[in-house]
Amino acid sequence: MPEKTLVSDITDDVIVPGVKKKDPIVVAHAVSRRFGGLTAVDVAHLEIPRGSITALIGPNGAGKTTFFNLLTGFDKPNTGNWTFKGKSLAGVPAFKVSRMGMVRTFQLTKALSGMTVLENMRLGATKQGGENIFVSLFKPLWKAKEDEITERAMQLLAKFKLDTKKDDYASSLSGGQKKLLEMARALMSSPELVMLDEPMAGVNPALTQSLLGHIVNLKDEGMTVLFVEHDMHMVNTIADWVVVMAEGKVVAEGPPSTVMSDPAVIDAYLGAHHATDLGTIEGQLEVAEDMESDLIRSEVEQDAEAAGITVQSHGASTTTDAASTPVDGEEKK
Amino acid sequence: MNGNFIWLAIGQIFDPTVAAYALATIGLVIHFGFTGLLNFGQAGFMAVGGYAFAITSVIYDWPLWGSFLAAIVAATVFALILGIPTLRLRADYLSIVTIAAAEIIRLSVKTPEFSDVTGGSEGINGAARAFNDVNPLPDGRFGLMGTPLVYNQDQWWIRIVGWGLVALACLLVFLLMRSPWGRVIMGIREDEDAVRSLGKNVFSYKIQALILGGVLGGLAGVVFILPRSLQPDNYGTQLTFFLYTIMLLGGAATVFGPVVGSIIFWVTLSLTDGLLSLGIEAGVLPLTTTQTGPIRFIVVGVALMLLVIFRPQGIFGKKKDLHFA
Repeated sequence: MPEKTLVSDITDDVIVPGVKKKDPIVVAHAVSRRFGGLTAVDVAHLEIPRGSITALIGPNGAGKTTFFNLLTGFDKPNTGNWTFKGKSLAGVPAFKVSRMGMVRTFQLTKALSGMTVLENMRLGATKQGGENIFVSLFKPLWKAKEDEITERAMQLLAKFKLDTKKDDYASSLSGGQKKLLEMARALMSSPELVMLDEPMAGVNPALTQSLLGHIVNLKDEGMTVLFVEHDMHMVNTIADWVVVMAEGKVVAEGPPSTVMSDPAVIDAYLGAHHATDLGTIEGQLEVAEDMESDLIRSEVEQDAEAAGITVQSHGASTTTDAASTPVDGEEKK
Repeated sequence: MNGNFIWLAIGQIFDPTVAAYALATIGLVIHFGFTGLLNFGQAGFMAVGGYAFAITSVIYDWPLWGSFLAAIVAATVFALILGIPTLRLRADYLSIVTIAAAEIIRLSVKTPEFSDVTGGSEGINGAARAFNDVNPLPDGRFGLMGTPLVYNQDQWWIRIVGWGLVALACLLVFLLMRSPWGRVIMGIREDEDAVRSLGKNVFSYKIQALILGGVLGGLAGVVFILPRSLQPDNYGTQLTFFLYTIMLLGGAATVFGPVVGSIIFWVTLSLTDGLLSLGIEAGVLPLTTTQTGPIRFIVVGVALMLLVIFRPQGIFGKKKDLHFA
């Protein structure tokens, strides 16, 4: 288990959605995005703590990726403002956001498949004067910088165990390797905030452990990480802080140990009866009792008698099994 | 008819028209092959360059360098007009706008209202006068190493300048595409959002590429009109699609593909023309001589189909830069 940032280092206030952080790197306020009649994102207030790993979770359609797009300038919100390192980012185009040190990856990996792994990496570098059309014509003007970039690229590739593939086209990599490449490429610019959109999606379990290690390393190197993920094991293992979104709103936040048992979170994912097995008579009875519906109760009891099962009177308490992993059954995109 | 048509076909290798097509295709390769911009209006760029050159030199009597500059500036302005509103949008919008803009240019220059300047549907004659005035070659006719390929001094002059421009353009593309600038451009072709997320101003790069390829198209327009008069109907959509054919023949993301593609395209046209005429004269083919024109293009079409089936990346292309996949 990697060492986690203490909750007391993140915030002193009472933990409610939108709680103030001691040292926020990103502060979003009243950010909303509507698609026609649908409000995809409606975040009242959210602060991302600096120097820690924050997970953004929520059921499908909760607006996580849209929120990502808004923060990074890939989409424009209808209302709201947000800052990165104290500078307002509203209306700033995506490429400038990236240059300020806030680099993202994509849910559907965007490896540049027609280019080699090394060229992919070099493209991630900043301050290469040879990217100017006039400078580019004269190799001596950009050769030194290119060597420097290549060296850094090879170091990163070695770290991600992709160095042997440097001359392969990115299209020949496996899905997991593409994820690694995309992450490594994002690191070429030495960002301060790395935003990973579902880094685990489609990754072979054998690679999962090393990917987790890479993400924890980012934190150890002083970077802040914000990631969207469905894999609860990953969230529990590495996240210092978890933000839960549902229907566009932040419904809960807190350290992973407590946020999972927040009734709002369980509700958001599975409804109140997530731990109930509706395949059994007992389970159905439990739901009937909770709904205070005599009709359903009597129906279930009749079914039970017909099946020859003795119905015992059931305690009214519903089980909220906090230890269970609420998203086990959730389908990954 | 004898073996002369073979020399005619070989002559295509030096032909200035072939050079003009090669130059315009190099521009198209920058757009489509390297940057992924779907420009269906390269004929429009050629028309803009050709008209800017002819109008300034014939109607306004500008010096030669001024006319060349006018062609470059006009193509740049045309690229900006097309690019600024469309390059922020999805790729398809540029293709729609360019194909329409090329037609607008062609139809506008033909309207009688502009004919004082553009020559209307007659076009403009004598644009090559200033160009031939600076011809350093002595007057006379020169053959190429004793072959039947004999041209006069002006014909040699345009061949030298035309192919010289092609060589310069190839060098330019080579230098650009091995550089970090070329890397960004090719990244945009692969996935512009990814490049944007890495801090590159994608819009600016796309504009630069559009201007660069457009200027080469404009210069191609100049080379195209120097050996002939300027005719508005030469710049129909058909011209653009010939350029696409040439590009796909040679390989879409290559430096020399356009040159080889252009030569193959024209040599094939010339050879089939000669062979068909031969067949008709001998009474082997049940055709009339007027039918040979269209049939040549059928042959080129079949050649392109065979290429797409058996070598989809083009003659020079790498398998990875596949554009039919």
